[in-house]
Amino acid sequence: MTSVLDQPLGVAPQVSVRPERFGALLYHFGTRRLSFLKDRRLLDVVERLDGSPSAREACSAAGVSETALPAFERALARLVETDMLRERRP
Amino acid sequence: MSVALPLVEHFAAGLDAPICLTWELTYACNLDCRHCLSSSGRRDPRELSTAEAKGVIDELEAMQVFYVNIGGGEPTIRRDFWEIVDYAVAHHVGVKFSTNGSRITPEVAGRIAGSDYLDVQVSLDGATAEINDAVRGQGSFATAVGALENLATAGVRDFKLSVVCTRHNLPQLDDLKALADRYGAQLRLTRLRPSGRGAVVWNELHPTAEQQQVLYRWLLAHGEEVLTGDSFFHLAGFGEPLPGLNLCGAGRVVCLIDPVGDVYACPFAIHDAFLAGNVRDPGGFGHLWRHSELFRSLREPEAAGACGSCSAYDSCRGGCMAAKFFTGLPLAGPDPECVKGHGAAALAAVTPGSQPRPSPDHSRVAFLGRRVDRACDEHPLAGTELATTASA
Repeated sequence: MTSVLDQPLGVAPQVSVRPERFGALLYHFGTRRLSFLKDRRLLDVVERLDGSPSAREACSAAGVSETALPAFERALARLVETDMLRERRP
Repeated sequence: MSVALPLVEHFAAGLDAPICLTWELTYACNLDCRHCLSSSGRRDPRELSTAEAKGVIDELEAMQVFYVNIGGGEPTIRRDFWEIVDYAVAHHVGVKFSTNGSRITPEVAGRIAGSDYLDVQVSLDGATAEINDAVRGQGSFATAVGALENLATAGVRDFKLSVVCTRHNLPQLDDLKALADRYGAQLRLTRLRPSGRGAVVWNELHPTAEQQQVLYRWLLAHGEEVLTGDSFFHLAGFGEPLPGLNLCGAGRVVCLIDPVGDVYACPFAIHDAFLAGNVRDPGGFGHLWRHSELFRSLREPEAAGACGSCSAYDSCRGGCMAAKFFTGLPLAGPDPECVKGHGAAALAAVTPGSQPRPSPDHSRVAFLGRRVDRACDEHPLAGTELATTASA
């Protein structure tokens, strides 16, 4: 199974991202669900997704270390699962 | 690092902008529900104009407020209702609106079906006409069910059937769920508050201690498939937390803008004691949210007061501020419906008649039974002896 890190990801079209002191709030207008990013660096990664060929490169550009990567992978996978993030298709 | 954690500590200290807020667009209503928390009935002549309402939306957009819960009164009575809704959606402020269903025609239902940024909840307070109409007025059950039918037929998905839990409809929980399921709607249960006209009927209608326990177990069993608007966090005192933040969000993550632009800490606290200011004040809504003395004080750590020694305090956090206030209880102390029974004892110590009076009152028939001026009534049936309501 391929890792979510190898996909080109982007914020889903119906999702609004609001930065907060603790990280960010994400609201999905379709599912009407709210999610929290409890980490400023994760917000940084999310904001870099659209400009990166893969999520892994977005993490790298945001300065996520190899040891921290698995935690970011899980967080991103969860955001894909809840449709906050989607695979970008050309 | 993690995702989707309830960041209670951040929320308790307040956010830079509300996640959502309640916006009552008008005090006008064609119903006259006995428990109406905003004491609605007649339009107020000072209500925000269309231009002022759009100005509020501009501010909400700039603050990135995700959505507004529009209510009233019956918001669809405003002639510019759809103009305001369309403006909000075009400016990336999602809209959920509450209605008694009287204007949800097939055409309106079709319009709702066409927008992802628009959500509707139909208020109904019983699974049968008998139980519902006793609170919301004769014919209101049929009206609401007609709206559910129109919405389902138009293909609207996941609209809400919104129920205020009372002593009389709590035995109907399964029937209410079945009613919602029949129309592909999602059931939303909220707590009866002693706010507005709700103060008058609270003793008669609020659930018994036994019913609170039944409700708690029912909510736990149904999890996230039933919405509660975080209404019942006082029940967390029974043990397990219910889905949601389990926190009073007043002035921290939510607030209320009333029809005349007054900003209150929460929709259940329409009283001068919880009034932060008006959106027409210099600096507008944003300034009030960020700098009002009231909201700043609400973001300070709460005093547990009489609840300090209770083992459940970490779960229920003393319950609902508005429920305490309007039943005459101190804010630092137990909720009137405290599941440990401390509320009942505290209520016994309240001097009858000393409870704060809800303000303002737009009921068509004033509390004293005196008929009030009808000059502002908008609805053709306004002022007639229909026994009916408006709950958000």
